[in-house]
Amino acid sequence: MIPTLLVFGYLATVFYIGIFAFRHSGQGAEDFFLAGRSLGTTVFLLSLFGTNMTAFTILGASGHAFANGVVTFSLMASSSAIVIPLTLFFFGTRLWALGKRHGFITPVQMMRDRWECSHIGTFITLAQTAFLVPYIIISVMGGGTALSAISGGLIPYWAGGAVVAIVVMSYVFFGGMRGTAWVNTFQTILFLSFGSVTIVVIGYGMGGFAPAVETMLTDARQAVMLTRENTSMAYFVSYLFIPLSSIAFPHMSIFCLTAKRMASFKKTVVLYPLCIMAVWLPSVFLGVMANRATEVPGIQAKLEARATLAAQGPALVAEQRDELRQKAAGDDILLLLLDQYAPLWLAGLLGAGIMAAVMASDSQILALSTMVTEDLFAYYGGKERFGEALQVFTGRAFVVGVTVVAYVIALRAPGAIFDVAVQYAFTGYAAMCPLLWAALYWRRSTKWGALAAALWSVGAVAAIAVFQAVVTAPGVVLRLGGVDVIERTARGTSILGFMPVAPVTLISLVLVVGVSLATQAPGAETLARFFSRPRAAAPR
Amino acid sequence: MVTLIVLHQDFWFWREARPLLFGFLPPALWYHIAYCFAASAAMAALVKWAWPGEDEEPRSGDRELGA
Repeated sequence: MIPTLLVFGYLATVFYIGIFAFRHSGQGAEDFFLAGRSLGTTVFLLSLFGTNMTAFTILGASGHAFANGVVTFSLMASSSAIVIPLTLFFFGTRLWALGKRHGFITPVQMMRDRWECSHIGTFITLAQTAFLVPYIIISVMGGGTALSAISGGLIPYWAGGAVVAIVVMSYVFFGGMRGTAWVNTFQTILFLSFGSVTIVVIGYGMGGFAPAVETMLTDARQAVMLTRENTSMAYFVSYLFIPLSSIAFPHMSIFCLTAKRMASFKKTVVLYPLCIMAVWLPSVFLGVMANRATEVPGIQAKLEARATLAAQGPALVAEQRDELRQKAAGDDILLLLLDQYAPLWLAGLLGAGIMAAVMASDSQILALSTMVTEDLFAYYGGKERFGEALQVFTGRAFVVGVTVVAYVIALRAPGAIFDVAVQYAFTGYAAMCPLLWAALYWRRSTKWGALAAALWSVGAVAAIAVFQAVVTAPGVVLRLGGVDVIERTARGTSILGFMPVAPVTLISLVLVVGVSLATQAPGAETLARFFSRPRAAAPR
Repeated sequence: MVTLIVLHQDFWFWREARPLLFGFLPPALWYHIAYCFAASAAMAALVKWAWPGEDEEPRSGDRELGA
């Protein structure tokens, strides 16, 4: 009961933040969608970081580490610690500067101007939308599942999902980007403080981590979890491509436009790697340590399911294997650890932290609303015909519409479908990263190069999805000269040992460059607008 | 930056579970914790010596939120 009350206290707080932001908001689309480009350094850093954190950061990361060991940290956290700040430094600052100079509210507005195109921009918007929608549905599902789990089943899934969806919708509806940024700031403070407290409490409860690690090292099956023996180098290298998707996500690139000064990026890029470490390290380490928490009945059951799967896997039928995999899955591992070792009040605070993570849909809903309003409604004449006030009204109406549709789908569709779709989305957005580079830095890039890369991104992701649905794992599909070129693995698809994201992104880059060189560059006047430095910051 | 990205692929610690830092952190963790600090330092160097610096001035009349 106490954890449920603390979570409701948290939900009431973020709702109030949204209303508070509404009272401080001004008029117009730029104020609603970009908080009037007015975020200061601290709010910008914390809310940008919060925008990029999802339920996976806390629950999924510990579950992945429980199954795969310490490799999770270097695969996902330290790779992001270098790639994401670099993309913010090179792409984020330039997006911000162009957005401020020319009044862009979305990246597609910039691309349309930059490449002198119209419908190609629309196609890019639709592709981004298709990759983003599964995230929003997953977040609504996560809200329902988390609230139901934290309340011990007192609140059913449908009611939990509805409560979380209504709270998120309310503060996005009223507060727009300002409300979303303030809530994300609050959530990030929760993330950062939660991790260190949890690791201390659980470490104390387990009698210290050193004995647990020494015991793991004496068991060959568990000792590999403290190394990376089970991960191939090619698979590891592939993971460096995944964080390229971050800046291409619309909610991240749009967020880059909210800073008041470019200088706000300075502390953000310097502190971003440390924030990633502070949030991911406790999740990953506790996930690994859970392998020694055998006195927790739920964890013991998972370890037994895993052992059965390893010993009898090939002899079992597919349904039995799936059932064992589900039993062995560790997404709730942190909840189980806290249930065993933490006092009730801390479990309640953890619940609030988890709710903060699963409520990452706020910035995604706002980004989708911004894209539809700016890139479609306003672009095709809505702004001129109906005025800016109706544009903001459309944005708010879309926030409600998206939330309701996502909630209805979340109630009716199986979650596994969207889990898979989210994995594909990472590949799709990473493959769209070369578009940003070309638009922001390469004068010779053209709209046809952009179209080729966008078509490739969508086509490649669709092809991988069909391939994985049709071909059963494991199996080699294409072998040339004794080399496995395309392989269907338990983890997905392997191309020459690499994850598809690596070749798909590189081919996207080749297409942007190749097709651009073969087609006519934009006019000199357009290039001058984008590539000549202004003498001084001109007031608009 | 290229060096830093190469250093992320620490194949030399691939199969090593020791030495343990503080008695419980294996190399795959402590190396990458140090890597996060190195990434932060590298970004600080980029900010200091390669800052793009265009359009630095805020527009007149803008309000600032937060710090």
